Amino acid sequence: MKDKAIYFLELTGLNWFVPLAKIASGEPAGFQFQQLTKMIGLPLLAMLTFLMFWHLGAAKVDTSLGQLPGPVQVWEQVKVLNAEHQAERQRADEFYQRQAERNAATLAKNPDAEIRVRDYTGRATFVDQIWTSLFTVFVGFLLASLIAIPIGIVSGLSQNLYNAINPLIQIFKPVSPLAWLPIVTMVVSAVYVSADPMFSKSFITSAITVMLCSLWPTLINTAVGVSSIDRDLLNVGKVLRLSYFTTVWKIVIPSSIPMIFTGLRISLGIGWMVLIAAEMLAQNPGLGKFVWDEFQNGSSNSLSRIMVAVLAIGLIGFVLDRIMLTLQKFFSYDKNANIR
Amino acid sequence: MESYLNIDHVSIDFPTANGPFRALDKVNIQINKGEFVSIIGHSGCGKSTVMNIVGGLYQATEGGVILQGKEVNEPGPDRAIVFQNHALFPWLTCYQNVELAVKSVFGKTRNRQQIRDWTLHNLELVHMTHAKDKLPAEISGGMKQRIGIARALAMEPKVLLMDEPFGALDALTRAHLQDSLMEIQAELNNTVIMITHDVDEAVLLSDKIVMMTNGPAATIGEILQVDLPRPRQRLALADNPDYNHYRSEVIKFLHQRHARKAA
Repeated sequence: MKDKAIYFLELTGLNWFVPLAKIASGEPAGFQFQQLTKMIGLPLLAMLTFLMFWHLGAAKVDTSLGQLPGPVQVWEQVKVLNAEHQAERQRADEFYQRQAERNAATLAKNPDAEIRVRDYTGRATFVDQIWTSLFTVFVGFLLASLIAIPIGIVSGLSQNLYNAINPLIQIFKPVSPLAWLPIVTMVVSAVYVSADPMFSKSFITSAITVMLCSLWPTLINTAVGVSSIDRDLLNVGKVLRLSYFTTVWKIVIPSSIPMIFTGLRISLGIGWMVLIAAEMLAQNPGLGKFVWDEFQNGSSNSLSRIMVAVLAIGLIGFVLDRIMLTLQKFFSYDKNANIR
Repeated sequence: MESYLNIDHVSIDFPTANGPFRALDKVNIQINKGEFVSIIGHSGCGKSTVMNIVGGLYQATEGGVILQGKEVNEPGPDRAIVFQNHALFPWLTCYQNVELAVKSVFGKTRNRQQIRDWTLHNLELVHMTHAKDKLPAEISGGMKQRIGIARALAMEPKVLLMDEPFGALDALTRAHLQDSLMEIQAELNNTVIMITHDVDEAVLLSDKIVMMTNGPAATIGEILQVDLPRPRQRLALADNPDYNHYRSEVIKFLHQRHARKAA
């Protein structure tokens, strides 16, 4: 039980809590306490120093939107944004309740009456926008992975194919999302035409832009991982006369999983970064749009609210990376590899 | 009489910037069923190349390999290979490593229970049943090679190819594995080609030692029949005049007549 808990903490990269778990399980507290001081104390110290500099520095900068907000003002806005979200949720609940009552009443009068169920169309709150962003980046990242991993595997196995597509990869890899966006927007407008679209155009545009930018790390890392497989392992496959697909499934993918995940982690990080920029310009209702709207809004709280968004973006990026790291450790055969 | 395995005047050229480089020149070896043949030579003389041609991993430029009257020119489980660095899949347990081979070779002809029994039987043969659920990273180098041998044996090969199978092991472990190999060989009487650079290993294990000259255009220098009675005991052989005679024959070939010029 204890070993399992510690394994889980190490797997998820929550190493900070390992000493706590060990103390809780009755190991000598002295040594663990030292570990704890190192693991939690030092980062905490760094963070407090940062907050102090922020607080002191921000007070000296005056912008047209007022003083640059310090940690205190930003924390205020966290609470405000949360309160707004709660209030909006409540309004939505009330709306649905009223609608349900109204429909029930209509049905009671006339069982054949056509009832209408409408979605609540309130303002998107900060929390809603986080979810939209996460969904968008997930879709873009998923599309990118579905394209990049197979191409990476095939080109890793064939040196000729790799030589053929390598220049293309190198040319498209450094292109900024902002350069793609106008093209993607126009293409989506032209191609994605439907009377009752399942997704909004801005969502599709953002997701595709994310995809275009997060393809490359996965593709390159997969190709490198596949091409560096131990020749002998592939020879074993040849001796066993495994088919191409069996070889890929049984030998190539398992042995290049660590590299594939390294690529996926970088891709997801880039995707998340790109998404914010894409949302700003595509006006997809997500964190990017939130930042842009606040910037255009220009109230005295705007800068604080934007800073809340900045911190949220950072925290979510961190959590996404941790999730990928955990998956990577979980799927890798070499459990002792030092992955950070 | 047609021999069981006929390596018939095999030559191989490798392409280089300065035109083809002839690595092997007219290598000609006849091997009978159940014979244990060692190929010995200095490193870089192309002995592994011979094995890779028999294994089908390389294609001969001239000549060919004929197994039971049929030419073989691609890899297959009838010529199972034991690799120097074991080449076990690190993400599979020992059992799964052997099972993968059994499934690929016999998946269509045997049922689940038979596959399981055969896998376990081969693990038993190399005395590795106790570690069947361990990953290769969790067992020693000698144990890994035992699994590598079990995997190759499980394919029921017509010819077992071993590429310096004990080269990466320390002397004591190597002796253990040689004894195990002789024990298995007494039971199964496989046809074996083993690449080695260890004189004692060659004399101890082989019925026939093929000595190769140095490259380029390496070929067979001499073939030595080893007529020592089996089962052979390492200790008893140490003072056996025949054993020492064979041993000195090989050493003379390697270090007198075909000494490496500058290593």
